[in-house]
Amino acid sequence: MSLAANAKQTAIAATGNAFVTEAFRQIEPDALCAYPITPQTTIVEKFAQLVADGEVATEYVCTESEHSAMTATVGAAAAGARAYTVTAAQGLAHMWEELYIASGLRLPIVMINVNRALSAPINIHGDHSDIMGARDTCWVIIIAESPQEAYDNTIIATPVAEDLLLPVMSSLDGFITSHSIMRGDVVDDATVKAFVGEYTPCDDLMIGSPRTLGAFANLGPTYMKVKKAQRDAMDRGLASIKRVGDEWASITGRSFDHVETWGMEDAERAIVVMGSAAGNARAVARRLRAEGEKVGVVKVRTYRPFPVADIAAALANVDAIAVLDRAETFSAQAGPLALDVMSALYDAGINTPLRTYIYGLGGNDVKLEQMYQVFTDLKAVTTDDVSGVVNSTPRYLGIG
Amino acid sequence: MSGAMTEIRWHARAGQGAVTAANLVAESALAEGRYFQAMPEFGPERMGAPLKAFTRLSDEPIEVSNNVEFPDIVVVLDDTLLAVVDVAEGMAADGVVIVNTPKTAAEIREQLNAPDTVRIALIDATTIALEVIKRNIPNTPIVGALAAATGVIQLDSVLTQLEKSFGRKFSQRIIDVNLDSVRRAYEEVEVQ
Repeated sequence: MSLAANAKQTAIAATGNAFVTEAFRQIEPDALCAYPITPQTTIVEKFAQLVADGEVATEYVCTESEHSAMTATVGAAAAGARAYTVTAAQGLAHMWEELYIASGLRLPIVMINVNRALSAPINIHGDHSDIMGARDTCWVIIIAESPQEAYDNTIIATPVAEDLLLPVMSSLDGFITSHSIMRGDVVDDATVKAFVGEYTPCDDLMIGSPRTLGAFANLGPTYMKVKKAQRDAMDRGLASIKRVGDEWASITGRSFDHVETWGMEDAERAIVVMGSAAGNARAVARRLRAEGEKVGVVKVRTYRPFPVADIAAALANVDAIAVLDRAETFSAQAGPLALDVMSALYDAGINTPLRTYIYGLGGNDVKLEQMYQVFTDLKAVTTDDVSGVVNSTPRYLGIG
Repeated sequence: MSGAMTEIRWHARAGQGAVTAANLVAESALAEGRYFQAMPEFGPERMGAPLKAFTRLSDEPIEVSNNVEFPDIVVVLDDTLLAVVDVAEGMAADGVVIVNTPKTAAEIREQLNAPDTVRIALIDATTIALEVIKRNIPNTPIVGALAAATGVIQLDSVLTQLEKSFGRKFSQRIIDVNLDSVRRAYEEVEVQ
């Protein structure tokens, strides 16, 4: 592929937020409608500076609330613009009803969410509570582990949204990833621009005949047919994301998988986790491996649509599984990721002992000892003669 | 902690520029082709409140994202913190504590809850900052002391990065005095 042959990469030092802004600068969307909120503030702040300096031709709309930010993004996308927004935490919660409108109107919006806790009590730090409020809204959700992945996922999100005609949320963990300066490689502008391509809206309000979008569909099967069409698009999601991710990987050399595994070839015990804590789990697994312990880590990078088959394949041969959630559902058995994993395993006829955990809420530091604790717990499980969900309620890590 | 990774914990009071210093060290490592991570521990952002920041340097990509619990190097930008914070908590036995202070090593060691094997590096970065930069910002000179006392980062890498990152915001005079302060701290630091 000629894109890969001509691509140049440069190593930079930047925060997760700055990596996202760099991707935005390169993609140069038609519109960015946003209301700055911690910890995504610096993304919008730096992008607004680029607009003010004339470095991008993007129309920047500073709205008076997050609800308005998503409404304006929906309007811009419906008018045929490549429209982006950025949010976090209460901001995403405030957008909630508009999230359904974006997906129901099949608008290929890209939104960055900087994952954060929800009040009360007040907490501005990283966890996955906010995105879980959006998991059933028919948005594609991709979660980054690192600033590098935040950059890559932001670029991958654009072709995916426009292929599926679904909105895509690319997220990174608040402060832990958004405000950490790390090394990463950025691809040259021309390659990124060619990769995302010129945007041709399939059917917009501004060209041809003006029309009503999302009109009343009260009685009869029309509403249900629209929902079925959304499901069909979501069902095509995994293939689309993988195809775009692989194309990007051919340029960057950084592989893309919905489910990224470490040590799973012969692991007896596995941790399933999303976001920045995956690195902590892998670091501990590496040390335990060096001591001869057969442990592995399964990181979920694509969360919606949920990669059911990949999860089941990754976990098919282990003796015990731990699923770590950075959000609560307050349902009987588990956090949201654990419920998804349990469904995937049931579907595949796997009844391996499984423990569920809640960790890192409100940015609570994910100390490595927590990962050691989980692998130790699993060792006890494998020697017991049990199957299915071991603990009837999640075990909380890191609260003493 | 893997052998190839160095973990640094910064102790300061909000407003002293510890986050800038933590970032400067990380960014300087880019030119050396190394991997790095710098992050603050975000607390209540009150001027003068004790805060921590963290820097990791490694020859390999860095996976972990938790706070630095077991530092190889501790940098203290304000010696009044020694009375209120256990800055040596979790320190490696062969670690180094770098303190911005006019006091003697014996006085500092008495206040540290650290084994005798931990080395102490002293630098009066506040005086250097006041004399050279003409402002009480000890964060840039102390990076020079860190480079000299530990060798985890090269002086030239720091100077180049400082010029680059300050060049976007400040006049050449401000850049020059900051560079001078780093060089002077590099020369003056005393390791006990």
